[in-house]
Amino acid sequence: MLDSNSNITIIEPKKGLVAVDLKELWNYRELLYFLTKRDIKVRYKQTILGGLWAIIQPVFTMVVFTIFFGRMAKMPSNDIPYPIFVYAGLLPWTYFANALSASGESLVGSANLITKVYFPRLIVPTAASLAGLLDFFIAMLVLLGMMVYYQLVPSFQILLFPFLLGLTFLCAVGAGLWLSALNVQYRDIRYVIPFLIQIWMFVSPVIYPMSLVPEKYHWLLALNPMAGVIGAFRSSLLGHHPIDWTLLGISSLIIVIILLSGVYYFRKMERTFADVI
Amino acid sequence: MAETVIKVKNLSKRYRIGVREGYKTFRETLVDSVKAPFRRIANIGKPVPKDETIWALKAVSFEVKKGEVLGIIGRNGAGKTTLLKILSRITEPTEGRIELKGRVGSLLEVGSGFHPELSGHENIYLYGAILGMDSYEITKKFDEIVAFAEIEKFIDTPVKRYSSGMYMRLAFAVAAHLEPEILLVDEVLAVGDAAFQKKCLGKMGKVAEEGRTVLFVSHNMGAIESLCHRGILLESGEKAFESEIHSVVSKYLSKSYETLEDPLKNCARLGNGKIHVVDFHLESPDGEVLKAARSGEPIVFCFKFENRDCLSNEKVSFCFSVYTDKEFALFHYYSHFSNIYFQDLPKQGWAKCLIPELYLSPGNYLVMSYTLVSGERADWPQAFLPITVVGADFYGTGNPNLSSWGPMLVKGKWAVKEI
Repeated sequence: MLDSNSNITIIEPKKGLVAVDLKELWNYRELLYFLTKRDIKVRYKQTILGGLWAIIQPVFTMVVFTIFFGRMAKMPSNDIPYPIFVYAGLLPWTYFANALSASGESLVGSANLITKVYFPRLIVPTAASLAGLLDFFIAMLVLLGMMVYYQLVPSFQILLFPFLLGLTFLCAVGAGLWLSALNVQYRDIRYVIPFLIQIWMFVSPVIYPMSLVPEKYHWLLALNPMAGVIGAFRSSLLGHHPIDWTLLGISSLIIVIILLSGVYYFRKMERTFADVI
Repeated sequence: MAETVIKVKNLSKRYRIGVREGYKTFRETLVDSVKAPFRRIANIGKPVPKDETIWALKAVSFEVKKGEVLGIIGRNGAGKTTLLKILSRITEPTEGRIELKGRVGSLLEVGSGFHPELSGHENIYLYGAILGMDSYEITKKFDEIVAFAEIEKFIDTPVKRYSSGMYMRLAFAVAAHLEPEILLVDEVLAVGDAAFQKKCLGKMGKVAEEGRTVLFVSHNMGAIESLCHRGILLESGEKAFESEIHSVVSKYLSKSYETLEDPLKNCARLGNGKIHVVDFHLESPDGEVLKAARSGEPIVFCFKFENRDCLSNEKVSFCFSVYTDKEFALFHYYSHFSNIYFQDLPKQGWAKCLIPELYLSPGNYLVMSYTLVSGERADWPQAFLPITVVGADFYGTGNPNLSSWGPMLVKGKWAVKEI
């Protein structure tokens, strides 16, 4: 809620770089909570299978990939069974892809709110990315079951798991800020997003291990922040392979850059959202 | 002296408008759609040409004191909503500065934060949070909100199953229980039935009595006059007039309907032409020219005539009829119906008819004039003269008549008798 003591609000045309008003964001934290809750509640309303969809999607994708890439194309998988190998990659990837497309569409989808009510706009794409986390945890249950089945024990690297999930979230928010703000101005983005996600998956080590890529091209792959994150995710969960710290470091740095530039661009465009949306 | 809580200085807002495209052939459309992306990419980042922009607000300044209720009046496109949007920080001004003291709540369109799939209960919390309330505050007022909206039985039903009336009632109820120091309201009273509207107006009046500041935009002059103390008249983005509310409303009404051309100038006429009606307007009983009448209030229909060749002993009966804007006749009134004939007419003059109470609901109407001389049709101009009727407190209840159920209004005495 807004401050109820009589503080003065000044409304003026803003120029140049606008800092993020952290105090205001904090004041609106409940809105973030309610919008996230809304997105979660609404997602599976009036469906028969409800939350099961969170499992069905990655599981079926895993089955299809196992048949085509694991069995038929004989894709290497670092000496662990291909189904669990691909599922451990699909888990963060599915969350990332869903969060990115949801936040990319979020502003345009809330056009009626944006033109009628004031609140910090940053909340909209953030809430959209947060809502997907529930699906992630539901799909995680399947992975736990598979780990028991294949008798894979995570190493101490599992401690890194929350940090990696946080990185995935920040990467989705950062890219989501860019896409959602661009989408307000250019609806082309709506058509770019599914395409972008598809391409992005193939340049991320979801269906193949990093080791498949020649060593000298690893730096190129590292420019894709999800490459380091997905690799580390798999290592931390399945414990078969040490984490590639250089790659993860580069990925983290790139995520921070995407996030900061996203916030900057978003804040810059925010002023005209209500006029052009 | 109360402190100033809103200070608006030289506020301007420029909007970009698209350039209108002319008629194009299919081939041109095809070619254009291929070329357009390249042209647009080339134009990214270039300044917008001047003729593609419009000033929705131009150098508007005013101040509002604590506890004041300010009405903002103007025709469509005068900049009223833009002003409220800037005040509520939805959009940024192009120039100028505003100082606001205290928490601002805006009701620009109720219910825009609702999600159809969620229940009434969930939506109250969601919409409350969007409007800036915290959950403690909402919980405290929850029962009051539900009772105000009269939806107790449906509180756990998804709002997509609500009737549109229930939906709007709930939305207004949440918004009305927001307790800001400054409340911005845009035309939200047009929701629900008459009883609920009265309740809304009552609530708004209470807000004002509690010493909060309200900025109120409406086309309903009755509601504006009953709620506001002071008013601002906006005309194409500029402040045209600022004063005590009644004079602002009168000013607005006297200006509000400008027709492009005088329909009586070159129209075809039927009749023998002994008299020509050449001009028409509406007047208040004190002789002030109006271009809009108000429901339930006295109004004078004035017809300017030219006496071409009436003999002095000939009896003249003037007449006018009123049609809906769909050209459906509502009534017809010859002066001779009331046994009134005119003789010895001057060469030029005004025939005026005072209607003590106008039984028309708000809307646009058309007037036709007829004149009989010695029982024969003398003049019937083939032209509809547009008039506007605006809402007012027709029933004298303090609740401005908001219904637009057909063109006529009646009032009478109600009673119940046991059989």
